[in-house]
Amino acid sequence: MDSPLAAHSVTLHVNGREHKLQLEARVSLLDALREHIGLTGTKKGCNQGACGACTVLVNGERINSCFALAVQYDGMKITTIEGLADANGLHPLQQAFVKHDGFQCGYCTPGQICSAAAMIEEFRGGAPSAVTELEAKDIEFSDLEIQERMSGNLCRCGAYVGINEAIRDAFEVLSR
Amino acid sequence: MSIFSKVTQAVVQFVPDRDRDQLSEEHRIVGKPIDRLDGPQKVTGAASFTADFPLEALVYASLAFSTVAKGKIRKIDASEAEKSSGVLSVITHKNAPKMKDPPLFSPSSGTDAAASTANVVNTDEIYWNGQAIAVVIADTLDGAEHAASLIKIEYDEEPAALSFEAAKSQAETPKNIMGEDTEVERGDTEKVLAQAKYKVDHVYSTPRFNHNAIELHATTAAWNGDQLTVYDTSQFVRGVADSLAKMFSLKKENVRVLAPFVGGGFGGKGSMWGHVQLCVLAAKVVGKPVKLVLTREGVFRTVGGRTPSEQRVALAADETGKLTALIHTGTTASSFANDFAEQFSFPARHLYATESLYLTQKLVRLNTTPNTFMRAPGESIGTFALESAMDELAYELGIDPVELRLRNDPDQDPAKHTEFSSRHFKEAYRLGAEKFGWQNRPAQPRSMRDGKWLVGQGVGTAFYPAYRFPAAARVRLNADGTAVIQSSAQEMGMGTATVQTQHAAERLGLPLEKIRFEYGDTNLPQAPVAGGSNQTVSIALAVQQACEKLHRELLKSAKQDQNSPLSGSHFDEVRACDGGLFRRDKPETGETYVEILSRLKQDFVEAESETGPPLETMKYSMGSYGAQFCEIRVNEQTGETRVSRWVGSFDTGRILNPKTAVSQFRGGIIMGIGMALTEETFFDERTGRIVNPSLAEYHLPVNADIPKIEAYFLDIPDPHTPLGAHGIGEIGITGCAAAVANAIYHATGKRIRELPITLDKLL
Repeated sequence: MDSPLAAHSVTLHVNGREHKLQLEARVSLLDALREHIGLTGTKKGCNQGACGACTVLVNGERINSCFALAVQYDGMKITTIEGLADANGLHPLQQAFVKHDGFQCGYCTPGQICSAAAMIEEFRGGAPSAVTELEAKDIEFSDLEIQERMSGNLCRCGAYVGINEAIRDAFEVLSR
Repeated sequence: MSIFSKVTQAVVQFVPDRDRDQLSEEHRIVGKPIDRLDGPQKVTGAASFTADFPLEALVYASLAFSTVAKGKIRKIDASEAEKSSGVLSVITHKNAPKMKDPPLFSPSSGTDAAASTANVVNTDEIYWNGQAIAVVIADTLDGAEHAASLIKIEYDEEPAALSFEAAKSQAETPKNIMGEDTEVERGDTEKVLAQAKYKVDHVYSTPRFNHNAIELHATTAAWNGDQLTVYDTSQFVRGVADSLAKMFSLKKENVRVLAPFVGGGFGGKGSMWGHVQLCVLAAKVVGKPVKLVLTREGVFRTVGGRTPSEQRVALAADETGKLTALIHTGTTASSFANDFAEQFSFPARHLYATESLYLTQKLVRLNTTPNTFMRAPGESIGTFALESAMDELAYELGIDPVELRLRNDPDQDPAKHTEFSSRHFKEAYRLGAEKFGWQNRPAQPRSMRDGKWLVGQGVGTAFYPAYRFPAAARVRLNADGTAVIQSSAQEMGMGTATVQTQHAAERLGLPLEKIRFEYGDTNLPQAPVAGGSNQTVSIALAVQQACEKLHRELLKSAKQDQNSPLSGSHFDEVRACDGGLFRRDKPETGETYVEILSRLKQDFVEAESETGPPLETMKYSMGSYGAQFCEIRVNEQTGETRVSRWVGSFDTGRILNPKTAVSQFRGGIIMGIGMALTEETFFDERTGRIVNPSLAEYHLPVNADIPKIEAYFLDIPDPHTPLGAHGIGEIGITGCAAAVANAIYHATGKRIRELPITLDKLL
């Protein structure tokens, strides 16, 4: 058996760029992004999957990157906050967060925005949440649904009202 | 209060007021709801927080914590940790280079900023369970964290003071409370109370709370000879720099501390906690830059939170509801390594007219993490007790709770007997009541229901003092017509950078995009701690003075130049607008800054100013006021409480940016909802250990817990502050817990006097 501290070759595709890394198995995806690749937009708030500040997208789905070992993500497509804007400028969620003041200190914001981007896709894919009526056919993108689906991302500054307004606004832009 | 303070207080009554700030009424840029200027950086991940700075050859530090609350380290075995992969050094009290004692923060101690006197790793003494006792430095983060877990420690344990209840019998009376008299007494309150027909007399208690800013406390330190550069997640960069200079025997100018973005503070980052000096020490020992990011557990173990409190409020009133006696006394806790009596008795000094008044506080010492300021220290927990009691009195009297407060609005400060600088308490209540629809509320408890949900509506007064501290700022005008404003101020999300840019734009008559505000760096002119909601006003006055100085110098130069259209103009005859200085009587006559600097053949001109002590806050009673209205629903079967509606109405002077201001109010209210319903730091009195040191088990309000909070403000300028403004970072949390408790009483008929109001207390 390999030593637990043996380095593993890992290739992470982050925001369209390939990063070949040598990582110990214990290195989390979050630490790989921040300390090994230098993409510090993704934040550490608890390192135990409780606050959502480290949320990134893996093949379009949101995960807590502190709760993931980097070696498990070899070859997968990862999007961080740095990869959401494109040549046309800020992502509609990013614009809406600024417009609706969906943050104060800005520390949980990368996680909130990544989480919201994946949440909108989950919603569009018909995934129900804990507040969705059992018989519901068409789920309405209601405040109740937004709040329930965003409750894995803590904001201690208390910007929830602005966050929800921003998500609703961006959802409309993205649905045009 | 010292004789000196009493004399000063008497003398300032004769000191003339500062001229009213003419910009209090300007509405070009100040007062506009502009987007946060650092917004684009924050939404793209480009904003660099302390832990984000890449330094060459950076290594990582991790801490080991004591597992007993009091005693001495008998034996420490770091041999396994030292052998662990990638470990560069393990620092314990056995091998640590000596540091001077941490200079303890106090309101009157200038830039001393240490949160505790414990000289961690320079001592074998244990003051609390969770104290840092070793630092591991390794070339990777995982390597450092793993090695820290390998350190073996044995203790000579001593009996610790851990029970708040047991310690109460030995409570002391602090010499003063934040520089004010501990005891305030007028009339014989107990006698009035005993004879009163209408009265309430109850004990209220609040638990420990922790700040839990989402950004973990972090420090990165790099030495270059005797030059020290530190990135620190701090609300007080100057204090950290000067305190480190003292501890490491350095010249002040050789220490630079930077905090360009701070990921929330709420008081938790207002002083310098032990990990900061340990990171600096570690960097010295290994001769490389070191990054130390506390784990979430590490924050709970080493960074203190809010004291528990037990408060008695007794009120007596005549049949019209006029207060005849107000007693607010009680006990809070501090540690054996600091000295902070949280000022819960402050709101009662300023809020209500009463015939007799008695306020005092006691303090116990426990072997716990040093307690510290947390958003509205004093006022947040003090208003829970006082405003719950006011509600109880309203029911005793059969008077509407809003009406009871209005009937007791005083003409002058009830404790200081000075005029109010600006008080629109009644207007704030009326606006809030109207927006909430308070007039439709049935008075009787348990009179509203929605299926299984009992519905209730409650109200509580919000209050926070308007502080100003001395501050310095520099203004530089460049030949291209741009300006730079500098002050070592901190930005934790309050909107400091945005409103100070708005302010400077207004003051200089320049568009926003021509102004750059530089902050969060001790190389800049000295700003005070970002605490006590002082920063906006403190910096604004320094910027105002620096701009005035600059304008006077420009006019002086114009006076000597016949070609200048401003030649012969006095300061009072011109105003800054349209990118320069123009005559008030002939707005087309004047010069742009570009023209002035071109005439002077200078690349830039600059001026710096430092403000004096806040005589105005001694002369007047200066505070902000508000009313918190809420509607809650209690599940009759499970006791679960949900907040369904919230209206906050505030009298906080002039609002500089309605967009960021509303966020501040909402943020405070949400922390107040957490305080009322979900938050509590559980402390094991057998071991002195915090048992829920995580965000999974310390319950911050989440998105689904919060309704669409409405925040309104009167926007009436205070004639005695720059821009007519007050700081607004803390008032939002005040009055909230009482409003919730009062609404729960209205819904259920159950009066809960112990926070947080979890469902078990309602079953």
